[in-house]
Amino acid sequence: MRKQGRIAMRRRQFLKILGLGGVAGVTLPGAAGAARFTHDGSPDAVGVLHDSVRCIGCRKCEEGCQKVNADMLPPLEKPAEDVSVFEQTRRPTFKAYTVVNRYAPQGHAPVFRKLQCNHCQEPACASACFVKALVKTEAGPVVYNPKLCVGCRYCMMACPFYVPAYDYHNAWNPLVYKCTMCAPRLKQGLRPGCVEACPKEALVFGKRSELLRLARQRILDNPGMYEDHIYGEHEMGGTNWLYLSPVPHAELGQPEVPDVAAPELTRGMLGSLAVIAGVWPVILGGAYSMSKHYKKLVEEARRKGAQQPEGQCAASDDHKAPCGSSDKGQGGGQC
Amino acid sequence: MLKPAELLKNTLGLLKTPGNIITAVILLCGAVATVVRFGWGIGAVTNLDDYYPWGLWIGFDLLCGVALAAGGFTLAAGYYIFGFTNLRAMWRPALTTAFFGYAFVIADLLYDVGQPWRLPYPVFVSQGTTSLLFAVGVCEFFYLCVMALLWFVIPCEWLGWKKLRAMLVKITLPLAALGIILSTMHQASLGGLYVMVPSKMHPLWYSSWLPVYFFVSSLYAGLSMVIFEGTLAHAGLHKYMDENHVKSFDGVSLCLGRGAALIMMGYFVIKIGGLTLDNGWRNIFSGYGLLWLLEMALVLVPAFMFAVGVRERRYGLIRAAAGLSVLGVMLNRMDVCLVAYNYNLPTHLKYFPSVGEITLSLFMLVGLVTVYRFVCAKMPVLRDHPDYKPEA
Repeated sequence: MRKQGRIAMRRRQFLKILGLGGVAGVTLPGAAGAARFTHDGSPDAVGVLHDSVRCIGCRKCEEGCQKVNADMLPPLEKPAEDVSVFEQTRRPTFKAYTVVNRYAPQGHAPVFRKLQCNHCQEPACASACFVKALVKTEAGPVVYNPKLCVGCRYCMMACPFYVPAYDYHNAWNPLVYKCTMCAPRLKQGLRPGCVEACPKEALVFGKRSELLRLARQRILDNPGMYEDHIYGEHEMGGTNWLYLSPVPHAELGQPEVPDVAAPELTRGMLGSLAVIAGVWPVILGGAYSMSKHYKKLVEEARRKGAQQPEGQCAASDDHKAPCGSSDKGQGGGQC
Repeated sequence: MLKPAELLKNTLGLLKTPGNIITAVILLCGAVATVVRFGWGIGAVTNLDDYYPWGLWIGFDLLCGVALAAGGFTLAAGYYIFGFTNLRAMWRPALTTAFFGYAFVIADLLYDVGQPWRLPYPVFVSQGTTSLLFAVGVCEFFYLCVMALLWFVIPCEWLGWKKLRAMLVKITLPLAALGIILSTMHQASLGGLYVMVPSKMHPLWYSSWLPVYFFVSSLYAGLSMVIFEGTLAHAGLHKYMDENHVKSFDGVSLCLGRGAALIMMGYFVIKIGGLTLDNGWRNIFSGYGLLWLLEMALVLVPAFMFAVGVRERRYGLIRAAAGLSVLGVMLNRMDVCLVAYNYNLPTHLKYFPSVGEITLSLFMLVGLVTVYRFVCAKMPVLRDHPDYKPEA
């Protein structure tokens, strides 16, 4: 895994430099130990396990999602029975929080995978949102507040799984659309719409910790049927949606992402902003007082009749010193 | 007062030169695109989609615009803090460019964000302090305020508001220092925006050092832009300059050229070092690699041109170098935003700006140039006001 090696390497370097000039390393607690700050999620946080070995591509989950989110989403463009949708690779859009795609791995029967928000334990979108319109809840879901959203779409830039979508053709109230893990239903003690609709138990809802145990059990109990990798266990610091697959996850279009959580990537830079704000005034103040003092000395010397280089720094200028020598703080004459 | 008919006749009379006709056409198209944008939504004028939420308006107008407006804070540092009094003639044009450059960036954001009326939210309503975009937004907001105060000295002289001018001049120095701090933070943060997406960026451009790259390149972008713009001004706005300004331009370009040469060499070393640390050289033999090398050539070549130009006092060479390095910085920002980002998407999902986006970008550019020309024509930017002695 050359790529993963590269990413791990980057993280080490990143922790070493920690922003500008490494100054931040001194001021940021914990930086020197290069400890990972990955948050293991709230112990009771819930999630969903999607098992591509069991998934038959019936798209009942798409239907179920639309049914429980009918206030936000239009009816499916093509009914669940219509298999022609599989001719294209789709993604979640402002019309559908979730879609099921069919993939054709080499030497294997077609495999289906469901796409929706992964509800990361430390979401890039929530960390990127500059008005806190996206928030990770203790219970597990990453939820969106349409009343705060400015529409900058940095969440869409930041999401490594290409999930949030936007309705670009709405002039007056364009919003970001993404799966809510049915947070309102969870509060009522119900399960997410898609899980409810799944006839094959390809979707299992539960505590993330228990889902991980279940996923491992399935891998162990069915030798040869599963790829020995639970996608989402570590990806981007771990996600609340987890995936099992009979083939490498990359063949199901799962993006290759680092294990490091998004906020950890920007932590150093954010910390060094405070360093800039603290250090610059001191340096600038010192430079200013030196240049001011130097100017005064030059003035005094001039008044005493001492020779000072003078003249315009123009084409006609004939003194040989390169103009850049003024960089050394020659405050007096013109260059 | 002119009668409406006369005003119309005079206005139409302006449409005799090709430059004015092109300007008028662009302004007209921009007005149409504006109506479409706010009447039918972002999707009606742009090619943006769920894979490419940021396009030409962010890549060109914002990233390039902010980098090229860096002349404001670099000259503030040189003139006010380090005391290079010889930079005086170029301080006001640089400040004017920076101020209106940022103002137009904000104008551009009003088109680009979905709910422009909420643009003040990150500052006043809900602060997403974990976001580098929050840092960018807050710093740009306060920097714009700082520059408005710094710049307002100029219209005060023009309008003869002596008391207000005297007050503003008194707070110039702390404002300049604050402006430098805010600029440093948001130039770096702009690069920092991309630190969050290692899996989506091409490894030749992705680096945890992106904030450093952006800040250092903005330094020489600012210096080069002052020279480049001064060259244009000497061609087009000569009649608004006083003798002192005309005479000092060559000297200033020597100083700035030398500074730019040094910073560009430094930037080159940082970039090479960064790529080596990230073990990125194996990506160099590809189309992306060629583009990256072109970018590096547009750093190294103008750097040497600056160095040779300054040493041999070849002003033409310095000006050409300034133009090239401005081009190089723009290429870099567009590469980061539009080429390196989403490099791994299949071709049919890639983004290319629409006619509407290009039109509006040109509209903003022409608007900026028009405002700049107006200010230079009316106000003491390229000349001293006779009532006021030089401050330094």
